[in-house]
Amino acid sequence: MSRRAIELSVLALVLVATILVYVGRRNDWFGTLHFSTSVSVLVIVLMAGGMLWVLARTIQGHPAERRVVFLYIGIAVSLPLFMSLSQTISISPETKELMAGLEPLPPGSKVLVTFDYDPSSAPELQPMAETFFRWAFDRRYKVIVMGLWPQGPQQANMALDLVLADEKYKAMNLQYGTDYVNLGFQSGNEFVIQRIGSDFQSMFRVDFFGTPYDQLPLVKNVKNFSNIDYSFNLSAGYPGTREWVLIAVDRYGLKMGAGNTAVQTTGMYPYVRSGQLLGILGGMNGAAEFEAVTGYLGKGTRFMLSQSFAHMIVIAFIIIGNVAYFRLERKRKK
Amino acid sequence: MRREIPVLITGIAGVVFVVQYFIPHFPFNRLSNWFSDWFSIIAACAIWLGALNLIKISIEKIAYRRHDWGYSIIVVACFLLMVVFGFWAGRDSREPGMPFTWMYDFVYSPLSATMFAILAFFVGSASYRAFRARNLEATLLLLAAFFVMLGRVPVGDVLTGFLPEQFQLSQVAAWIMNFPNSAGQRAIMIGIALGIVSASLRIILGIERSHLGGE
Repeated sequence: MSRRAIELSVLALVLVATILVYVGRRNDWFGTLHFSTSVSVLVIVLMAGGMLWVLARTIQGHPAERRVVFLYIGIAVSLPLFMSLSQTISISPETKELMAGLEPLPPGSKVLVTFDYDPSSAPELQPMAETFFRWAFDRRYKVIVMGLWPQGPQQANMALDLVLADEKYKAMNLQYGTDYVNLGFQSGNEFVIQRIGSDFQSMFRVDFFGTPYDQLPLVKNVKNFSNIDYSFNLSAGYPGTREWVLIAVDRYGLKMGAGNTAVQTTGMYPYVRSGQLLGILGGMNGAAEFEAVTGYLGKGTRFMLSQSFAHMIVIAFIIIGNVAYFRLERKRKK
Repeated sequence: MRREIPVLITGIAGVVFVVQYFIPHFPFNRLSNWFSDWFSIIAACAIWLGALNLIKISIEKIAYRRHDWGYSIIVVACFLLMVVFGFWAGRDSREPGMPFTWMYDFVYSPLSATMFAILAFFVGSASYRAFRARNLEATLLLLAAFFVMLGRVPVGDVLTGFLPEQFQLSQVAAWIMNFPNSAGQRAIMIGIALGIVSASLRIILGIERSHLGGE
């Protein structure tokens, strides 16, 4: 079979798989698909056996091809999604700090939720957003949404639509403009933060749907950060948590917690340690911890098994690669 | 004048922003707000400029049949499709079920997430082929990666459940993040801040002019 034919076959296969997944999602085929515990254990044993085979082959001087590594990663990420194994999620001090900042807020508190990310970071940050909305609505906080990334407010709408479709929140009869509002995106990065520090309306003349700021009961009396009780920033880069800390927290004294992608979280630890950030959720693990501590178990918790497997496979590949490297070095020295 | 006026604007804006931080009163607060508004307007125009530039480059690539010009057809077609969907229903285009929202939810979001997810495969491949304990620094990095990667997922505590709590992997990972990581990050931050201060001063005073183009 020629290379061109193989490429076309793979493309056709991916297309068919995509259509199947799309139709499956629309008809909820996968919601009920679960491996039993014995099948889950069997899958784990097969994966471990596969890794031992890779180790043996590598030691013999036949390193695994790139596509084999890719296949293992694909299996390690996808199959655990269907496994019925439970994990105990331990709560980190940063998540506890975040909850310590959130819990004292009384009902009716105005909470600013800023969406500074796009769909590529949604697997990590969207579960945090959904959990935060559930927490906020249950405690009758007034939620104000905005974004410094163009896609941010759209991500907020996705989370809001999902949460508000829940019967529990439908029964609460939450009203747009009174209980929650989406102010949309504003260009200007940190200058937007600086400007809304003195005047919100100057940056948001209308909301996401074109309603004038003055006609939104929730925000018409919100002049600047002094009218905001708490802020929760969801960030995947620039502009994001760092800019909010430097301007809104340091200069205007805004109380703020954050949820970041795992990659970005490492750079935010100094702000948590100094008390500038009231806790941080890091990556999908942070989302799972947030869900565990609030009791709203969702995607974060569900995907953690995949994350665990992916991390273990990467560690296993590091070990195998190094074992082979040192054996080869020893042979060379001899 | 092509250089003097931009240097003058940069200098005035820079000085105003520095002064208003320490003296947030009239006229500096008013000037700061004014410049911030202008920045937002310019940033919004820059988005348009970027979009138009993308279209110009893509159309040129198609017209001259440059390398991979086929992809540029997809870029232009998708761009125009989203523009049509966006303008067709106006503000209502963002309502659930509208074509713009549908494209965002079911095309853009999964594609974007897929592109990012590919990273996992490259990390896996790199960890197998390139992540070697060749020297002390690489070994330290490797050990930190080992503890943090396992400590940040629940399986870490399962593997070390037999140890006292303070030696379990989640605690070790938390210690690495809170102490060596924070210390390193602070050092980097201080270095960057000093660099920014010196670069900003050079720009405000007109010594550094490379941002204006040319020499």
